[in-house]
Amino acid sequence: MTIAQRKFDSLVIGAGGGGLRAALQLANADAKVAVVSKVFPTRSHTVAAQGGVNAALANVLPDNWHWHMYDTIKGSDYLADQDAVEYMCRAASHLVYELEHSGVPFSRLDNGKIYQRPFGGQSQDFGGAQAARTCAAADRTGHAILHSLYQQNIASNTQFFDEYYAIDLIKDDEGYILGALVIEIETGEPLLIEAKTTLLATGGVGRIYRTNTNAQINTGDGMGMALRAGIPLQDMEFFQFHPTGIAGKGMLITEGVRGEGGYLLNKDGERFMERYAPNAKDLASRDVVSRSIYMEVKEGRGCGPDGDYVLLKLDHLGADVIKSRLPGIRDMARTFKGVDPIEEPIPIYPTVHYTMGGIPTNRYGQVVVPVKHSGEEPVTGLYAVGECACVSVHGANRLGGNSLLDIVVFGRAAGNHIINFLKSNRYHRPMNSESMDIAMQRLRRWDDTSDGESVDQIRADLQKEMEDHCGVFRTDEILKKGVEKIQAIKARLPNARLRDHSKIFNTARIEALELENLVEVALATVHSAYARQESRGAHSRVDFPERDDKNWMRHSLFFSEDERMDYKPVRIKPLTVDSFPPKERVY
Amino acid sequence: MKFSVYRYNPETDEKPYMQDYEVDVTTEMKVLGALMQIKEQDSTLSFRRSCGEGVCGSDGLNINGTNRLACITAIADLKPPIEICPLPGMPVIRDLVVDLSQFYKQYRSVKPYLIADAEDTEIEHLQTPEQREKIDGLYECILCACCSTSCPSFWWNPDKFRGPAALLQAARFINDSRDNATNQRLTELEGPYRLFRCHTIMNCTNVCPKGLNPSKAIGDIKKLMVKNVI
Repeated sequence: MTIAQRKFDSLVIGAGGGGLRAALQLANADAKVAVVSKVFPTRSHTVAAQGGVNAALANVLPDNWHWHMYDTIKGSDYLADQDAVEYMCRAASHLVYELEHSGVPFSRLDNGKIYQRPFGGQSQDFGGAQAARTCAAADRTGHAILHSLYQQNIASNTQFFDEYYAIDLIKDDEGYILGALVIEIETGEPLLIEAKTTLLATGGVGRIYRTNTNAQINTGDGMGMALRAGIPLQDMEFFQFHPTGIAGKGMLITEGVRGEGGYLLNKDGERFMERYAPNAKDLASRDVVSRSIYMEVKEGRGCGPDGDYVLLKLDHLGADVIKSRLPGIRDMARTFKGVDPIEEPIPIYPTVHYTMGGIPTNRYGQVVVPVKHSGEEPVTGLYAVGECACVSVHGANRLGGNSLLDIVVFGRAAGNHIINFLKSNRYHRPMNSESMDIAMQRLRRWDDTSDGESVDQIRADLQKEMEDHCGVFRTDEILKKGVEKIQAIKARLPNARLRDHSKIFNTARIEALELENLVEVALATVHSAYARQESRGAHSRVDFPERDDKNWMRHSLFFSEDERMDYKPVRIKPLTVDSFPPKERVY
Repeated sequence: MKFSVYRYNPETDEKPYMQDYEVDVTTEMKVLGALMQIKEQDSTLSFRRSCGEGVCGSDGLNINGTNRLACITAIADLKPPIEICPLPGMPVIRDLVVDLSQFYKQYRSVKPYLIADAEDTEIEHLQTPEQREKIDGLYECILCACCSTSCPSFWWNPDKFRGPAALLQAARFINDSRDNATNQRLTELEGPYRLFRCHTIMNCTNVCPKGLNPSKAIGDIKKLMVKNVI
């Protein structure tokens, strides 16, 4: 059969902040860019980010990028690559000013400058007093940024393929990426998009777990595509549990609540974070606060009839502060818990939130893979940015406010690198029909009308097994079982069948394709966690409670082929400043 | 509890029909939760959804006769049987999925982006908290289309009348102290249709799931226009 084809200079898959920031850079450089997104761009999950974006503007308290760099590396539990962190923190102020000029409606200080609030893990002077580094648009910063970036792309005439779903990357025999096969959800028709460069910006994969803060769309599509193209995933064992999800529901309550002065209480009314983090208290790093909440609940100091949550108190901030700085989470608490935080505390519990790992890239957004004897090399034509990528600026634990920063900094950096690449690569390479056939096969496999297991059941089992076997506290025994469980689920996939084979806006088909990605990425996660025999950042091994820099200060790489693990060193040398050597991490 | 859901698949159905489903509901459940249960019973039902918490704007639907977001509409607040239909006035692609191209086209037509002089980009524009407050209630729109698809003026003239969502965006930029294109924006809204088809029916304001007030925003633009003429 013939498949419709389109040619662009550059293909961007995903229309969250990372994809849109890259697309904007490309469109403004007059590159012919196509953005493919399975949802209308402003529905991408960047829209749900609340608290803000970090940059050392020093609008409220003294600050500089070097302190930000220190905090980020300490927060990462020394697993972040220090060159990438320096690059990000140095670029941060410029990028935030740029966002402001793009129309982002930041909240303001009395002097007219951008409002900044304190966030977890931030310090002045390399571990001193609390800093205020998070630039905020009330508690809707992600919405404000995503809409502004989309609007700027409208102004720049970026071409959008809204509600198109990417099936797989197309590559040639030399491993060059030639574009992607996608389908138009409305018609069910496949479309081949040829491009000289392809950028993956498909976001995180919190949906491998049952309870999470992520949108339904966060199914790790780009990560799955990368794995199928033979590219490894890096550091997948590091999954961030956000301390303050709405108990029993999972919706996010921003760290900005604690930044504005809110704090956590156990059933005795004790401000328990003072015990776990005497200096930073409620604004310790997320991994630290999440584990503290688990300990409180485990030791019988949780609240409610089942003692299974703690309270986030903010009524003392007063109605004015809550209404002006935290209106979104007030709505959320009222809608989903029937609690008005102006009057009473919000029941909260840690919830799966952010994927620190992802597709390995360098700081230009180029996807890199290990090469025998020579370290690593870029995959020609392939880029990745944002939560689906691993640069790595977040290492083993991301700081709040660094995610919105990551997407704009590396979205722009990738855009710039692509612009240069296009200058010396003026023509499309020949199409590879074999790779096309494999991608088509993946799509057509779901046309099988025989009987089989339902997609819903496999997904539900996957999420349950991940929750049970790859949660906050991990042991060799549990993880080993976890690997077997997820392998068993993967083995069920070939027998899964669709009940609905219609073409027009068939969301069941999309969910089936998403499930394949979820399973691939879950397997990468549990394997990486099983292999890492130490505790670092978000990866907490009960049987290996200490960080082990001698053996484990290195990045994990998981390959789908043979379910193989490999490792690569952490880049501890920054671009210009001295390295921050690992030391004990206390808050 | 009984749910009655609008069904239409152009590949197989000559015309739309309502299909009933029985769903086990809990006191805390939202309509989206019920729809997802229905989808497990019957995977052929198509609808859009994503964040599940009222910020992405995917699941605007007509529920018991009113446009709302399924994910933040509590079942307990609705009178059974619950009737779920696509947003009205838009072409139906399938089941609860409507074609929003016209809605997005109107959004694009108001130039929904900041138009400012190229100033020093290594520092922010200064904006006082009072100036910034003027766009509160305007910038929070999530483009769910609940407002425009509840507006009779938009139903009759979706190609000519900008509709409440797009006009709210126009107001968002007109009221932004950083934007320099107010006159251009006002000029582009002149004529009998683009802005003035609004007859202050106020359905938009009544249904907005984010509690915004497009009707007032439109009224304010009209006033500004009249003032400019005088």
